[in-house]
Amino acid sequence: MTSSLLFNITTVAYFAAMVVFIVFLTAKNKAIGFFAILVCWVGFIANTGAIGMRWVEAYAMGYEQAPLSNLYESVVFFSWSILLIYLIFDLKYKQRAIGAFVIPFAFGGMIWAQWSLDATIAPLVPALQSNWLTYHVITCFIGYAAFAMACGVSIMYLIKINKEEKSAEGSPIGGILGMFPSSKVLDDLNYKAIMVGFPMLTLGIITGAAWANYAWGTYWSWDPKETWSLIVWFIYAAFLHARFTRGWVGRRVAWLSIFGFAATIFCYLGVNLVLSGLHSYGG
Amino acid sequence: MSKEKSFTDQLWDFFCSLKLAIIILILLATTSIIGTVIEQNKSPQEYMQSYGMSESTYKALDALQVFDMYHSYWFLSLMGLFAVNLICCSIKRLPRIIKIVREPILVADDGLFRTFPNKGEVVTTGTVESVRDKVVALLGNKFATPVVTEEDGKIYLFSQKGALSRFSVYVTHSSILIIFLGAMIGNVWGYKAYVNIVEGQSISEVWSRAGQVPIPIGFELRCDDFEVTYYEGGSRPKDFTSDLVVLENGKEILKKTIEVNDPLSYKGLTFYQSSYGPAGDPVYRFRVKHRKSGETVTVRGAQGKHLKLPGGSDLIPMGYAESYQSFGPAAQVNIDSGDHAHGTPFIVFKNYPQFDEKRGGAYAISLIDVQQSYYTGLQVAKDPGVWVVWLGCLLIVLGSCSAFFFSHRRIWVSIQPLDKGIGVKLGGNAHRNQPAFALYFDELKKEFDDTLSS
Ligand code: HEM
Repeated sequence: MTSSLLFNITTVAYFAAMVVFIVFLTAKNKAIGFFAILVCWVGFIANTGAIGMRWVEAYAMGYEQAPLSNLYESVVFFSWSILLIYLIFDLKYKQRAIGAFVIPFAFGGMIWAQWSLDATIAPLVPALQSNWLTYHVITCFIGYAAFAMACGVSIMYLIKINKEEKSAEGSPIGGILGMFPSSKVLDDLNYKAIMVGFPMLTLGIITGAAWANYAWGTYWSWDPKETWSLIVWFIYAAFLHARFTRGWVGRRVAWLSIFGFAATIFCYLGVNLVLSGLHSYGG
Repeated sequence: MSKEKSFTDQLWDFFCSLKLAIIILILLATTSIIGTVIEQNKSPQEYMQSYGMSESTYKALDALQVFDMYHSYWFLSLMGLFAVNLICCSIKRLPRIIKIVREPILVADDGLFRTFPNKGEVVTTGTVESVRDKVVALLGNKFATPVVTEEDGKIYLFSQKGALSRFSVYVTHSSILIIFLGAMIGNVWGYKAYVNIVEGQSISEVWSRAGQVPIPIGFELRCDDFEVTYYEGGSRPKDFTSDLVVLENGKEILKKTIEVNDPLSYKGLTFYQSSYGPAGDPVYRFRVKHRKSGETVTVRGAQGKHLKLPGGSDLIPMGYAESYQSFGPAAQVNIDSGDHAHGTPFIVFKNYPQFDEKRGGAYAISLIDVQQSYYTGLQVAKDPGVWVVWLGCLLIVLGSCSAFFFSHRRIWVSIQPLDKGIGVKLGGNAHRNQPAFALYFDELKKEFDDTLSS
């Protein structure tokens, strides 16, 4: 069993899960929803195994490094993190329908990695040989994944609330939207996901700063990637304050969450592809 | 009395407002983008060439301090305003929070009960006292030991949990200020510098990056050896290492081999492996056989020098390669046969000492080795504020986790005699995460029903 075979299985599983989620929404059959989650678990296990195999393969080539060393590896790890967060939320809140709006992010990552990113295992340059790299990447990516989840939930919220407001008071909403959780639950899940993501991003920024200090003696140098992570942090801090203390709920915070995720993606990919700086290894 | 607020009150309200906090957060986020789009701290020529700016545009932007924006007056002022806002907001709210925690409302009258998001009522039998004892035991068991107050024949109970979590916001917010403080300490009492040390030599001062002035460090630092290692079969560097020795009054105090991601720290200074380069010319050693006399000698000398050979000619080393095609280390040399007419340069090898025999000149030459000494380039940092920054980071993590996962939960009970039986009212709230508390409260209410109806 090689990592590339397992990565193929992962991609296929995420695609299948997406399809089954859509069938679930239209057929409104609980058993299909259960099957969709099962496919997600298969994909997640394959994804985990693939990352593990890649680790082993790198060691076999004589490179003692965690599989978080280039853009390809970071993207498949991002997909893995999204599934991790989604599955934990599913265990806790049992809101199946969300999968239809969250798994596409994971599938998008996998298909992009498989189709157009360089999958060769290359040794790390000395600047990246540090355990801090592992801590830093893991915390950042769990944060990003929670924000992806919040974004998916916010999109559902915006679709659902329009319908809820149009339909007569009290009458149940039919069709696919009937399968969505209520707008109140979606609003709450958005907030809960950000509550996971925000401390993780905080830890990600701190571990990054600790590493920079250990490697170069400066914990903060206003490098574009650092600055963008701070921008994302400010946006979600504004989100939390607006919610905690000014009582923002509903559409406004849903948009803020979508906007925050757009900034997150720019921080993750845009900075490498568009701007220049110390983190260029990811590009 | 006029309702107009005085100017100072207005100013105070302005600095305390949360609207200001959100606006500042958004302003900081948006203005920070500028410095990620325009590269910082480049020379005027670079801006005018690579961004195609006219000189007047450059001057205007320079006046706005856009080219070093994170240290500009306006950005630092925005940060300052952020800090002032945070401080004022905390000062304004702190007394109220302390009051809530230290002087809780022990007696919940009907008016207060109406405001509780979670409440319940039970009518039971027995005396006020017997019901009180049951409820005290139940609350003590399931939640927290209550404070009991008796007034006008009625009994009021109050119990609370997690009161201290009210202060987690203050921990989070003051940690931001602590980080600012650490950064300021580092800026005022610390510096960033660099130094190059040639292998075998030592230094006792470093060069400030800001002013290019030497700073004495109070001890000596020697570099015994610098080395680059490569990944097998390639030119990808695997590691850069320097063997450093700290000396005080000529005595060796500390030895450490540093590499990228593993610096040396001594007396508040930290030395980071950052660059390297060749120091001086490489020194070659050759074994030379003079064919005519059959004499074999070893000669040694730096690149470009004339090395005397038996028979009157000179050997001139011209360059070398670690790996020439697939033949290993090689040197390019030339022979000056004494009339200053240089011949054609040729290659000699270390691993194939016989190779040069075939050339058929006056000499057969093989390479013994080439020694290149290097200097190691170190970054030097002194930052006495860094521990303050880490303390702030620790507090921000603890504070926000506590702010997210704990809440101040309070439960009030009133017990009063009714016409028939004893009326028990139960109410409660949480200052955060109300849905979770509502679930908890429903459970507790059930316990009440069970205990009091039996
Ligand atoms: C200008 C700066 C800031 C001001 C004036 C401010 C003010 C406030 C206020 C008044 C509260 C509500 C406290 C309460 O509910 O009792 C609050 C809550 C909070 N703030 Fe800030 N804040 C600022 C910046 C930040 C930043 C940058 C963070 C980022 C970590 C942050 C994290 C929090 C958290 C986690 C809470 C929730 C606490 C709770 O639920 O009570 N604040 N902030």
